[in-house]
Amino acid sequence: MTIEVKNIVKKFGDFAALDTVSLKVGDGELLALLGPSGSGKTTLLRIIAGLDWPEAGEVTIDGEDALGRGASERHVGFVFQHYALFRHMTVFENVAFGLRVQPRAIRKDEKAIRARVKELLDLVQLDWLSDRYPSQLSGGQRQRIALARALAIEPRILLLDEPFGALDAKVRKELRQWLRSLHQEIHVTSIFVTHDQEEALEVANRVVVMDKGRIEQIGTPGEVYDNPATAFVHGFIGESIVLPVDVSDGAVRLGGRPLNVAANGAAPGASKLFVRRHDMQIGPAGSGSLEGAVRHVRSFGPIQRAEVALADSEGKTVIEIDAPRDRELQAGEIISLEPRRYRIFAAHE
Amino acid sequence: MSLQSNLASSTTQLRAYAPKTDLNVASPPSQRERVRPHTAASKRDLRTEPRPIRFLIVALALLFLTVFVVLPLVVVFASAFSRGISAYFAALSEPEALSAIQLTLLIAAISVSLNLIFGVIAAWAISKFDFAGKTFLITLIDLPFSVSPVISGLVFVLLFGAQGFFGTWLQAHNIHILFAVPGIALATIFVTFPFVARALIPLMQEQGTQEEEAAISLGASGLQTFFRVTLPNIKWGLLYGVLLCNARAMGEFGAVSVVSGHIRGQTNTMPLLVEILYNEYQFVASFAIASLLAMLALITLVVKTILERRLDEGQIVSDD
Amino acid sequence: MSTAVARRSTLPGFGLTMGLTLTWLSVIVLIPLAGLFLKTFELSFDQFWGIVTSRRTLSALKISFGLSFAAACVNLVMGTVIVWALVRYRFPGRRLFDAIVDIPFALPTAVAGVALTQLFAQKGWLGAPLAELGIKVAFTPIGIFLAMVFIGIPFVVRTVQPVLIDLDPEIEEAAASLGADRWHTVFRVILPSLIPALLTGFALAFARAVGEYGSVIFIAGNLPNVSEIAPLLIVIRLSEFRYADATAIAVVMLLASFIIIFAVNRLQRWAQTRIPTH
Repeated sequence: MTIEVKNIVKKFGDFAALDTVSLKVGDGELLALLGPSGSGKTTLLRIIAGLDWPEAGEVTIDGEDALGRGASERHVGFVFQHYALFRHMTVFENVAFGLRVQPRAIRKDEKAIRARVKELLDLVQLDWLSDRYPSQLSGGQRQRIALARALAIEPRILLLDEPFGALDAKVRKELRQWLRSLHQEIHVTSIFVTHDQEEALEVANRVVVMDKGRIEQIGTPGEVYDNPATAFVHGFIGESIVLPVDVSDGAVRLGGRPLNVAANGAAPGASKLFVRRHDMQIGPAGSGSLEGAVRHVRSFGPIQRAEVALADSEGKTVIEIDAPRDRELQAGEIISLEPRRYRIFAAHE
Repeated sequence: MSLQSNLASSTTQLRAYAPKTDLNVASPPSQRERVRPHTAASKRDLRTEPRPIRFLIVALALLFLTVFVVLPLVVVFASAFSRGISAYFAALSEPEALSAIQLTLLIAAISVSLNLIFGVIAAWAISKFDFAGKTFLITLIDLPFSVSPVISGLVFVLLFGAQGFFGTWLQAHNIHILFAVPGIALATIFVTFPFVARALIPLMQEQGTQEEEAAISLGASGLQTFFRVTLPNIKWGLLYGVLLCNARAMGEFGAVSVVSGHIRGQTNTMPLLVEILYNEYQFVASFAIASLLAMLALITLVVKTILERRLDEGQIVSDD
Repeated sequence: MSTAVARRSTLPGFGLTMGLTLTWLSVIVLIPLAGLFLKTFELSFDQFWGIVTSRRTLSALKISFGLSFAAACVNLVMGTVIVWALVRYRFPGRRLFDAIVDIPFALPTAVAGVALTQLFAQKGWLGAPLAELGIKVAFTPIGIFLAMVFIGIPFVVRTVQPVLIDLDPEIEEAAASLGADRWHTVFRVILPSLIPALLTGFALAFARAVGEYGSVIFIAGNLPNVSEIAPLLIVIRLSEFRYADATAIAVVMLLASFIIIFAVNRLQRWAQTRIPTH
């Protein structure tokens, strides 16, 4: 099933939750909507599900207009952030709900419903909980039951709102892998919302980065990490060093001093230089375009993380870099730094 | 904000703490007091008063409650049985008494069921949707709580009485509202108007719309969602509202007194009959009817306490 | 297709349920109440003023409002004592007494009326001893006052009780650790934080007493200018078919209770801003 979202505008009062958002999701994809809170990602998900309506724009599912239909007619599986399990029903009845409310003409008989629920509970590996009530389950179990319930109606697409948001760190990691393998097994076109970049990069095969109601970038996890399209994406995904630079005549200057980096067609004027922490080449003093004093070093695992006060700015700019441990850094040492990979964005972005 | 709703909500809040004080673990300092030897008593504990003051406060509270609450209740039953059990039952089986009981049950059935339907509908509109003026609408629904019962009756006299807005028209068409069942029912519906809605609105607001949204996204229709998801979640709150609504409907005096016309055997409800018999110095008969109403009040209080526990348990589960 | 879909809502039935709510509310509450105000407009202002300031009406209003105020004051003090005993101390029968606080609220007013009258009548359980002391309660303003005290109790107790229970014990411990004695802790720390709840309870008890009819009229004696409450005067004017008089008194009382609602709302908002954690 494919989903297409075109020029969606959604306002809450004066606040534009979604500002002309367009997106195409291919058949069988597992897509992440990633962004900080207030970026509009949950609103977009709810609009696709039919739980919210936009002021303008189109949503089509498999080429069919979806906005003309209510949530109950869209055949969309939705997993709520806080699961929204029916608290007065057992796990079994929760999962069976979508089957029991079908119009009589197409409703399965009791035996078929039981078989289907059993099958789904097996799928989420919780068949032994079928007589429990939601309040008797752990967070991770509730999450999986909510998923089984959404899958019961054989949804055309599956939407998950912060699926791991309410879980503790360990359970979250387990469920991530589980969700990815489940998706491989059932292959339903799926979209999930998250504010956790690691989660998005690890689980999804494509990531949509959103900020302030707009889409900043759409790409594979590799693309959004290695080639961030905007300053926001660079800052939001992975850890970055940001240096205020000035671009003029094809040269990039930091505090008046030219750096050994190419402007790569960046527009002249005040700009920001983004460098990943591990993309700073370290050399002996005087060998690179940036120089600084190591203030503090912490070593763990394969890397050492150093706090460096840059010389150009009288020690006011302090950056953190990650370096391999083949060359041990010492506090007080003067080193030079050279960005290996970098991006330059206009400062106002 | 209104009288009864405030009362209801504060008692609900109160009950939430009751289980804690029952357990002897983690008890407040004042409870530890009891098991402590007398000598060490008050000095060590920061959060209580010296023994004589404690005694005085408890004595004052109990004396006050006994004089003002317990004694009037005891008087009702003592007076009802003052000429023996047979006189009591004889009074209750008078045709006048029976017709008053019948009318009271009829009025309660009408007003409770109409307010039940209205309360659920209003609570759905108010708690499941966002719209401007919600607080104002709730204030309007609460209005009857702050209107004197006599005025609640008066407004219907002004509408349907001989000199009222519709009086002439009603007379011309020979329709009897005032001094008849419809008038009593209307006045009762007015005074019990807010009970069910007020019991449901906070409960349904707290429960939010997620479960309903989940049901809709699973393909349920509006009615299926209401009957299968919403109603099971609010049943105790609904019962609570109905209980209080019923108690007030059966016991209402002022409003009904104004619209009933006191036609014996026809438009006298139980509270009205209590008044008439009392004014005729038929004390046993009057208190016999009153004792039935007092029983109703006591049963209502017991069931209310049980329901409040249920509601709290529901809340604890949902907080989890 | 691009603009046709704005402002739909997920859950169905808003239009229908809101329509029914407004219709039913209008039919049962708003139109009848509006009729009351409409009726007063049939009077000229001078007529209205004449009715409201006539000796009998003024006396009735004074009795209703004055005695209600006095009764609410007693409820304020005794309500606080009861709440303190119920919340802070453990004694046999505490839970039972906690439950019976609601009785004045649950007992039909006519039943309360005849019971109080019987109790305080000259031959009654309490009336007889009081009569020997030369105090006559039934059929005097004292009787009205006592009936108003009776119906007001739960309002103060049930508004203040949850607030006292919720009060953070650390506040008292802090006061004590700063050297305050118990007297200071109670009067300077605890009671001030109960003020919004106390005032709300007071206002609710007052409002209830002003409008009260059933529990008062039996014990009142109902002598014009002496022991006749305003709601009773409305009933009397109605039975005399003097609708305009009844309406004018009702409007004055209704406006008073609207002012009280408004005050209570303000109080509760104030309480919320004072104690932001609740």
